[in-house]
Amino acid sequence: MSTDHYDTIIIGAGMSGLAAGIRLALYDQRVCVLERHYTIGGLNSFYRMNGRNYDVGLHAMTNYTEKGAKKGPLARLLKQLRFRWEDFQLAPQAGSAVAFPGVTLNFNNDIDLLRAEIASKFPSQIDRFEQLLNQLLEYDDLKQEDFDISTRKVLGEIFTEPLLIEMLLCPLMWYGNARESDMDYGQFCIMFRSIFLEGFARPFRGVRLILKNLVRRFRELGGQLFLRSGVERIEVEGNTAVAVVLENGKTLTAKRILSSAGVVETMRMCDDRSIVEVERAGELTFIESISVLDCQPKDTGFDKTIVFFNDSPAFSWKQPTDELCDIRTGVLCSPNNYLYSAGEGELDAGFIRQTTIAHFGRWSQLDDREYTRQKMRWYDQSTASAVRFIPDFRRHVIDTDIFTPKTIRRFTSHDNGAVYGAPQKRLDGTTHLSNLFLCGTDQGFVGIVGAIVSGISMANQHCLRTEL
Amino acid sequence: MTPADIRDEILDILSEIAPDEDLSGLEDEKNFREQMELDSMDFLDIVMELRKRHRVQIPEDEYTNLASMASTVAYLEPKMREIVRA
Repeated sequence: MSTDHYDTIIIGAGMSGLAAGIRLALYDQRVCVLERHYTIGGLNSFYRMNGRNYDVGLHAMTNYTEKGAKKGPLARLLKQLRFRWEDFQLAPQAGSAVAFPGVTLNFNNDIDLLRAEIASKFPSQIDRFEQLLNQLLEYDDLKQEDFDISTRKVLGEIFTEPLLIEMLLCPLMWYGNARESDMDYGQFCIMFRSIFLEGFARPFRGVRLILKNLVRRFRELGGQLFLRSGVERIEVEGNTAVAVVLENGKTLTAKRILSSAGVVETMRMCDDRSIVEVERAGELTFIESISVLDCQPKDTGFDKTIVFFNDSPAFSWKQPTDELCDIRTGVLCSPNNYLYSAGEGELDAGFIRQTTIAHFGRWSQLDDREYTRQKMRWYDQSTASAVRFIPDFRRHVIDTDIFTPKTIRRFTSHDNGAVYGAPQKRLDGTTHLSNLFLCGTDQGFVGIVGAIVSGISMANQHCLRTEL
Repeated sequence: MTPADIRDEILDILSEIAPDEDLSGLEDEKNFREQMELDSMDFLDIVMELRKRHRVQIPEDEYTNLASMASTVAYLEPKMREIVRA
């Protein structure tokens, strides 16, 4: 058994862990990233199957701003990690939509399109929409007490048309709400900017490009990455973490630990916790159904980047009550429908991805045969639900892949296969131990940009400042 | 280092931290934030770079001294007097 000493140990080689690692390696800390899985990426990973490349997790990078933009999370993270805008090769979205029965709101990376849509489809609400925009621009602080205000209450005070509230909440909840039904106002502001004011983009080569850039930078700066190196426990003396013991028996020591594994998952590793906190892990999770087509999605009539749909006037955001999935709402995405540059060519095939709310507990209880059967059944159900809102592409499908909350749990080790982390965020990233900190979805931000900013912020605040 | 050397070093650090900013017209007496898009993370990096390159320690409650080029150079001059510029 060997002992290695580090300035900081980072748990998890997802977006937040790798970004934190870069910040620390940049300032000459002896730092390692420990990853249980055999590959990087966590909730935003990638894989290859039947000769095609697939992304896991989010369909798009949010917070898109153009080259030269000086404000916003993307510009900030590029500077902090010493990347150029070109390094991520981001292609903006073609255009997306929120589709409810009888009304669709189109939007893209220019807020003026959404303004025009609201002016045309909800004319009585356009002035109220402008009022909301002003209010959002004033929201800057992330003090815990302001963060937690009910978004439904705030919007209910601004708008007099409930359907518009539901249509605005739908994409924002889908892309970043760990709570059921309502949303923290702080999170609403963050997501509104990320999706409506800034927007979507994607590298042609997908998430793997972003991750490979992060790993390359991390290693260049002297950081060490250990795969297949899950943490078994964190040894604690008093209020200090003194060692990290890996599943393979190796022991590492460090001045401090930064964990992206999740708050409950991290607490469980600490050997001073005989009872895991009542703190709930997040429970919102999905199945993802990927259809490979024999043509480009736009040849079937689907030219949107992302469609968020809901089949009734009220948007319900919670775990399925009785079933394995809830197909009343969903997200449909085609990675083909971005404005890639001409020289990039075409993706391996046409892809349409569908995301459907799922119940982790019920999926986990299925035996192997039933699990396989139910994957096919819910692929069919999700697709049937989806083609009420987009052209029917089913006769073009040549291959499919479906992953479930069980898959997510297996590859990310996040409890419940939770995708958005715990409902109660730890904005300051602290724990009961003086030298153990959190980053990633449970600290506060979700999505690719959110997670990277989380890793950077927590590394800056807890691992760099304290050295000064 | 002389004040002129210190000034050059700060410009060098700024060009690394904020590569998209045009530093040629920088006014020494005006606050950095009035002339460039710098947030608190960027100021942390200025401090971290000084520490990394020259082992200069700047306590957090003294960051306000770094508001402008003139105040930064004045603040760093006694700390960096003995350092030989590489």
